[in-house]
Amino acid sequence: MADYLKPSTLQDAILLAGREGMRLAAGCTDLFPATPGQTLGGPILDLTAIDSLSGISRSANGWRIGAATTWAALQRAELPPAFDGLKAAAKEVGSVQIQNAGTIGGNLCNASPAADGVPPLLTLNAEVELASLAGSRRLGLGEFLTGPRKTALRAGEILAAIHVPEVRGQGGFLKLGARRYLVISIAMVAARIVAEGGIVTEAALAVGACSSVAVRLAAQEAALLGAPLAALGDHIRPDMVEPYLSPIPDIRADAAYRAGSATELLRRVVSACGTNAGEP
Amino acid sequence: MNTIAISSTLTVNGATVCVTADPRRRLSDVLREEVGLRGTKVGCDAGDCGACTVLLDGAPVCACLTPLGRAIGREIATVEGLAQPGLCALQDAFLQHGAAQCGICTPGMLMAARALLEATPAPSRAQVEDALGGVLCRCTGYAKIVDAVMAVGQGGYARRPLAGQAVGARIERVDGLAKVTGAEIFGADFWAEGALVVRAIRSPHAAAGFAFGDFNGWARALNVEVFTAHDLGGVNSFGVIPAFADQPALAETEVRFRGEAIAIVVGEAPVMAALSLADFPVTWQPLAAVSDPSTAQTARAVLPHRADNVLIRGRVAQGDAAAGLARAVVVAEATVDTAYVEHAYIEPEAGVAWLENDTLVIQACTQAPVMDRDDVARVLGLARERVRIIPSATGGGFGSKLDVSLQPLIGLAALKTGKPCRMVYTRAESMQSTTKRHPAHMTARIGADAAGRITGMTFDGRFNTGAYSSWGPTVANRVPVHASGPYRTPNYRAETVAIHTNGPVSGAFRGFGVPQAAVVQETLYDDLALALGMDRLAFRQINALAEGEQSVCGQVMQGVGVRACLEALGPRWTAALAEAEAFNRTAGPTRRGIGVASCWYGCGNTALPNPSTVRLGIAADGTVYLHQGATDIGQGSNTVITQICADALGIALDQITLIGPDTGLTPDCGKTSASRQTVVTGKAALLAGRALRAQVLALTNRGADARLRVEAGRLVVEDQGGRSHLALAELPVGPQGYVLMAEETYDPPTLPLDENGQGVPYAVYGYGAQLAEVEVDMALGLTKVIRITAAHDLGRVINPMLAEGQIEGGIAQGLGMALMEDYIPGRTENLHDYLIPTIGDMPEIRSILIEVPDPEGPLGAKGLGEHVLIPTAPAILNAIRHASGARLLQLPALPHRVLAAIREARR
Repeated sequence: MADYLKPSTLQDAILLAGREGMRLAAGCTDLFPATPGQTLGGPILDLTAIDSLSGISRSANGWRIGAATTWAALQRAELPPAFDGLKAAAKEVGSVQIQNAGTIGGNLCNASPAADGVPPLLTLNAEVELASLAGSRRLGLGEFLTGPRKTALRAGEILAAIHVPEVRGQGGFLKLGARRYLVISIAMVAARIVAEGGIVTEAALAVGACSSVAVRLAAQEAALLGAPLAALGDHIRPDMVEPYLSPIPDIRADAAYRAGSATELLRRVVSACGTNAGEP
Repeated sequence: MNTIAISSTLTVNGATVCVTADPRRRLSDVLREEVGLRGTKVGCDAGDCGACTVLLDGAPVCACLTPLGRAIGREIATVEGLAQPGLCALQDAFLQHGAAQCGICTPGMLMAARALLEATPAPSRAQVEDALGGVLCRCTGYAKIVDAVMAVGQGGYARRPLAGQAVGARIERVDGLAKVTGAEIFGADFWAEGALVVRAIRSPHAAAGFAFGDFNGWARALNVEVFTAHDLGGVNSFGVIPAFADQPALAETEVRFRGEAIAIVVGEAPVMAALSLADFPVTWQPLAAVSDPSTAQTARAVLPHRADNVLIRGRVAQGDAAAGLARAVVVAEATVDTAYVEHAYIEPEAGVAWLENDTLVIQACTQAPVMDRDDVARVLGLARERVRIIPSATGGGFGSKLDVSLQPLIGLAALKTGKPCRMVYTRAESMQSTTKRHPAHMTARIGADAAGRITGMTFDGRFNTGAYSSWGPTVANRVPVHASGPYRTPNYRAETVAIHTNGPVSGAFRGFGVPQAAVVQETLYDDLALALGMDRLAFRQINALAEGEQSVCGQVMQGVGVRACLEALGPRWTAALAEAEAFNRTAGPTRRGIGVASCWYGCGNTALPNPSTVRLGIAADGTVYLHQGATDIGQGSNTVITQICADALGIALDQITLIGPDTGLTPDCGKTSASRQTVVTGKAALLAGRALRAQVLALTNRGADARLRVEAGRLVVEDQGGRSHLALAELPVGPQGYVLMAEETYDPPTLPLDENGQGVPYAVYGYGAQLAEVEVDMALGLTKVIRITAAHDLGRVINPMLAEGQIEGGIAQGLGMALMEDYIPGRTENLHDYLIPTIGDMPEIRSILIEVPDPEGPLGAKGLGEHVLIPTAPAILNAIRHASGARLLQLPALPHRVLAAIREARR
C-alpha cells in the first residue's frame, strides 16, 4: 500500500510528505477532475484521517481551523459574525457533494484565482501554518498565495492549519456567476466591517477572480474609516477598487465587466455588513 | 502508471464486500466495475454533474471524487440500497410524479434527496434546491423532481387505468421502475464478462493532416491492438442523410475537427485503464483551420467535393416580400448571432458490441436503431441483416444520438478481435466529437401595417454546419419553412445556407434550427408592437395563423392552435404586466419584465417519407405483445404509444407487454426525432390496435363497446350483450408466433416542396406560446427567470404528466440557450465551463395544455418534444428587454452582454 498512505498523526504525515513525488491529498475535489483516468497518479498522502487537521478550535489569540476541515463542517461551526463571510463562501463552494469532501486547506493549496475561500480569509487577516521536519512556520495568506496555482508551500511541507487572530465586526461574502450552484465565479467579494457608535472603525475588503490572486483593497478600506454605517455602499468608489484589480477576459465575462461588477458587489456587501453590524 | 491492488473490505448498503483494487481509484469505478453495482452513474468524472452521488456515512459525495481508500471503514449507500424490499417512499414519489425521464441522473438525485430527507423530513423548496443543486438533469427541468421530494409519502395518482381509459390519464411511465431502482441498463451498464475495452485516438487540432508511426510496434509492446480506417471493410463514410454521407468513422489522412477519431486501441480492461494514449505514434501537420463561417465561402475547402464550403441552401418564398415590406407602415430589422450549443446529456456515449454467429450485435445508447444499423453495415461492409442494434436505455439524446458515434468503432473492434468490445466516452470526448446545435447568423426584416398586420418578411440565415453534413440539410430546409413563426405572413422570402467549417459537426438539436430563427422573428415582433404602440400579446394574436389559412409554404393549415395558446396566456399576461409595473415602482437594483413568444413545428420529416410500423400480437398463453420500435430516450414514447394502443385494442394498459426496440425484434418505427413518435408511431399503434380489435370482435361477434381482457390464457371479450371467451391455445399459431396479430404502417401524407418551398412539408403541426417573467439586475446584468407560463396545443393530451415533463425540460434547455450555453472547442469541453441550468436556475413553470384536435394525428394528437423549447429563449429575451431596455442580439445573454446592452439602450 506504499502508494496510498493515510497517516493518523501529523507527525507521521510530515515524515512521509518529503518522499519523492509524494502528492498531498485532502478532499480530492480538485485532484480527481485533473486526473484523466480512474486512478490518482503518483504516491498519495491522504491527510483526511489526521484528527488535528480537522475542526475549528479557539486558540490563545484567535481561532485555529484545521486545514482538512470540510466546507460542510465550517458551515456548522459556531463562530462570531466576523466569520459570516467565510461561512457564506462555504455554502457557495460547488455543491453539497463538494462541500462534504472539499477542504479549506485544499482550496488554498490549489490556489485558483477563483478560490471561494480566499477573499473571506483575507478579510479575517488569516495566516497559514506550514509544518515540516524543520518545524513549523507561519505566513500571511497573502504571502502564501504567490500566483495562479502557485503557493509558497515547500517540498515536504504540509499546510496544517489556518489561524485567524482575534477579529471583530461583521463579515460578508458575495459571489457572482452565470448560474446558481456548481459555478465558478465571474467575480466575488468579501468584507468585514467593525463599527463603534454607528461609525466604521475597521474595514477589510477583498476581491477574488479579478486578479491572479485575490487582493485586499487598502485604499478603499481606509476610505471607509469614519463613515457612518448607513448607506455604507455609497462610499465604495471605482477609482479605489478597479485600479487594484487585473481582471482577464474569458468565457465567463470580459475584463471591464469583471472590474465593474466587483465594485458593485463591494457596494452591496458593505451595505449588508453595515446593516448587520448596526443591529444590536 | 504504476498500479497497485490491495484487498479491502467495504460496507455497501449494509453488506460487507471485499474488493481488490487500487486505493487511489475512484469509488464510482470500483462500485461499478468491482462490486458490480452499476446503479451509480458516471457523467463527468469531475464532480460537475452529481450523477455518481452516493452517501458516505450518510453524507452525499461524488463517488467519482472519492478515492477508494477513503471509503474503507465507512458506510457507503448507493441507489441499490434504497429499495429493501419494495420501493421506498422517495422512489415511489419519483415514479408517481414523473421525476425520472431518461433516468440517468435519477440515482444521484435520489441519493442527494435521501440525505436531505434524513435530516429534514419536510423540506422547503429552497432546502430541496440547496440539497439537489449538485446534480444536473438535462431532461426534466427539475420541476417534477422538486415536486416528488416535497411530496414523499403523500400518495399520488391513479396508477392502473381501466381498459379504454388510458389515453388522457396522468399515469406513471410504464418503464419507470428500473429508472428509480438503478436497475436500468444504460450504454455503459452491460457487457459480457471479459469484454475488451476500446478507446479512440482523437485529433487535438481542428484541421490537420496526419501520418501514423509504427503503431503495431507500440501496440505489441503494450499488449493491445490498434485498428484504423484501413481495417473498416466498407465505405468509410456515414451520415444520417444517405445522399450526403461524408463523415468517416475513422479519418484516413486528414482530420477536419477537434476530437475527430483516427484510430482505436483495443485491449483487456486493466491494460486499457492504465494505458496512456499520449505517446501513440502519430505525427500531425496542422492545416489552416476554417473557423469563421462569414469568410468560409472563400477559404480553403473543408471537404474536397463541397464547392465554396456550401453544404446546401434552403429557400421558401411566397408572394412578394419586397413589395410587402415596401407597403408596411413600420419595418423592423435585426441581426442575431447564436452559439454552438452542446446537448449535454448526462450519459456520455457508451455501448458494447459482440458477435452472435455471423451477426454483429451492438447494444448502445441511441435515438435511431435502424439508421445505426444501416450506417454500421455500410461502414463495416456487412449486409444489413448481419447487424442487429439493441438500443440500451439512453441517458438523454436531444438529437445528438441520432447520428452514430461509437457504434462503428466498437463494431470494428468486435469484428476484428472476435470478442465482445465495450467503450464509454469520457465527458470531454463526448463533447468534442458529437454534434451540436448550429451556430446561426440571421438577418430578418418584418413589416406591419398600421393595424398591426404583418405585410411581409425576409429572412437570411447562415448556419455553421461544421466539418461534416450530419443534419445540416434538415436545418437548412426546416428553418425557411418555420422562420415566419405561426403567423400569417403573406409576402415572404426566407433563405438559408449551411456552411462547412472546421468546427464541431452541427447536427440535430431539439428544433433543428427553428429555435434560433424564432429568436430573431420574435425580437422583431416586439420591435413592431412597440413601434405601433400596441400590446405585444395582442399584436401576436392579430397575426396568429387561423384555421384554414395558408402557411408560408402555401399549405392550408388544419387544427391550428396557436391563437388558443396565446389566448390562454391572456389572464397571466395582464396580471404579470401589472405586477411588473408595481414591482418596478419600488427601489432596488432589479427590474422586472415580461415577454412572450410562440412556436409552431411540423412533426416528422420535411416533405419526405418517414413511416412507422407497429406489430401487436397475442400469444397462445394470452400475453399481449406490443412490438414498439420507437426508442424512448426519456420523452415517454414507451408509455404514450402503449396508452394509445391499449385503448385502441380495448384492453387495460398493464395487460400489454412491450418488446423492443431491437432491430431484430421490432419493425422499423423510425428515429426518435422531429417530434414524430407520438404522431407517427402513435398512429401506427392506433391502427394496429384497431385492426387487432376488429379481428377479435369478428371472431366473438361482440359490439363496438366491448372491453378485452386476458384471463388464465383466455381472451375475455365483454360488451353490454354479454361475454365471450376465446381459448387462445386452441387457435393456430401464425408465422410470427402469435395466434392473433396485426401489423400496421403509417406514413404521414406530405407533398414535395417546389423551388420556392411551396407544398405540404408536414401532415401535422403543433403549436405553443410561452410567457416569461424575469428580473434583471440593472447593475450586474444578471437575469433571473422567475416564472414561465407555457400554453401548448397537443391536439389530444395522451398523458398530461409526461406532457408537462416535456414542457418543463424544453424550457430548461431554452433557458440555457438564452442565458448561459456556449460551446467553444478546446475551452468548454466539460460541465463546469460549459454551463447548463441547475435546479436553482429554473423558474416556476405553469403548463396549460390546449387541445385543438388535428384531423390527421392519432386521436387528434400532435407532437410536443421540440415545440416546447422554441418559444423559451425569445420569450426570455423579450422579457429582459421589457425589464431593462436591453435588446440582446448575441446569445447567450451572459451578464456582461446584458449589462452592455442596458448601457447601449440608455444612450
